[in-house]
Amino acid sequence: MELIRLGIGDLALASCLILGLALLSWRLRLGIESQLLINSSRTIVQLTLVGLVLKFLFDNANLLWVILLCLFMLGMAGYEVQARQQHRYRGGWGYGIGTLSMLLSSFTITLFALLILVGPQPWYAPQYSITLLGMLLGNTMSGIAIALNQLTQSVISQRGVIEAQLLLGRDWNEAISELRRQALRSGVIPIINAMAAAGIISLPGMMTGQILAGSPPLEAAKYQILIMLLIAAGTGFGAVAAVWLASQRLFDERQRLRLDRLT
Amino acid sequence: MSSLTLHHFTTVNLHTIALQVASGECVALWGASGSGKSRLLRAIADLDPHHGEAWCGELQRSQLPAPAWRQRVGYLPAESHWWSPRVGDHFPATCDLDLTRLGLEQAALDWEIARISSGERQRLALLRMLAQRPEVLLLDEATANLDQENSARVEALIADYRSQQQAAVLWVSHDPQQRRRIAQRGLEIVANGLQEVTWS
Repeated sequence: MELIRLGIGDLALASCLILGLALLSWRLRLGIESQLLINSSRTIVQLTLVGLVLKFLFDNANLLWVILLCLFMLGMAGYEVQARQQHRYRGGWGYGIGTLSMLLSSFTITLFALLILVGPQPWYAPQYSITLLGMLLGNTMSGIAIALNQLTQSVISQRGVIEAQLLLGRDWNEAISELRRQALRSGVIPIINAMAAAGIISLPGMMTGQILAGSPPLEAAKYQILIMLLIAAGTGFGAVAAVWLASQRLFDERQRLRLDRLT
Repeated sequence: MSSLTLHHFTTVNLHTIALQVASGECVALWGASGSGKSRLLRAIADLDPHHGEAWCGELQRSQLPAPAWRQRVGYLPAESHWWSPRVGDHFPATCDLDLTRLGLEQAALDWEIARISSGERQRLALLRMLAQRPEVLLLDEATANLDQENSARVEALIADYRSQQQAAVLWVSHDPQQRRRIAQRGLEIVANGLQEVTWS
């Protein structure tokens, strides 16, 4: 089996579906037509650009370019985590906590996968390194964003409960431990659900893509399993790191709850 | 048996105040609403950033870890908060408190938090704090939700605790008659400072 190549005309025809939907939205006054058009244009532009970048990288597989792109992706993911918070940490902390925990989890797990599991030649071959990192970052990013958001929101609403425990002489770690557990659970539950649904309710995108490209289904399934396990581990470890750092930042050296450190 | 001493204390509303409550003494504190009574108690318990130093007896606050300080200097906020479904989960495992002294049944430890009244919460919160055996008590409107009978029980319990443990008590109260009953002298917050008030 060979990949059937898509022409510009095929994509143009698919775009007509979106135009039709926009027209319908306008007639029904749903008010989503401009967002629909802007964001589908974004998809087209962003994916074309990343295709071009990857094509350039594949032609010039050198370590420096790969590292630069990885750092750019990490920076964008850190920004995205920050953007999804209802209450942000003042100063560079919100950005720093999210980015550092993704660096710790996604990067180490990608390295582990490249060096020990998949073993491409050279080890940083962009066809593997960029794609693996991209999938890991995308998922750990949303897990970390959800966990951090849950943590700060619950701390703000349960301030009295935390301070009541501090007043009885408990240390900060005890006082926040239940809220920390809840935040971690909410960050990890989406990937746990995704693992339960994989293959039965949904056919994961990467596996679909590999099958479309002509890979034998069982090989595609094996890659998908690997990715799922890596994503689950990355999300879990990343969320633990982020929630730990974030909860520590909520208290000062006298173990006071410092909500003024949030916006 | 410890006194409470504050030096150069500055919070949002109060500027460089000094204060001493002797061991076994009760001092009433009052002031217009928003004058900073609760903020002062929060600062003494080291819950908010502020300037100044405090002593519990000979112990200097900055030399103690914050949890150890808060165990010695018990602060009872006006509103109580509970984190476990059952009342007893908020008390130390070995707790020889007599709940009947505040008009509660001994079985109250098995009650569910969600089902108790605000007056019961207030009394249980006081008992929860006394179970830690604090040496200094900071009370914020400790009888605000209570009827006369239960207010009298709380006043008697605190008076007994104060004399038995020789504890220092700083008690925020809006009621002039209660202040004269419970305290030996008073402090009124006036223009960002404390004004001593004595009664014969």
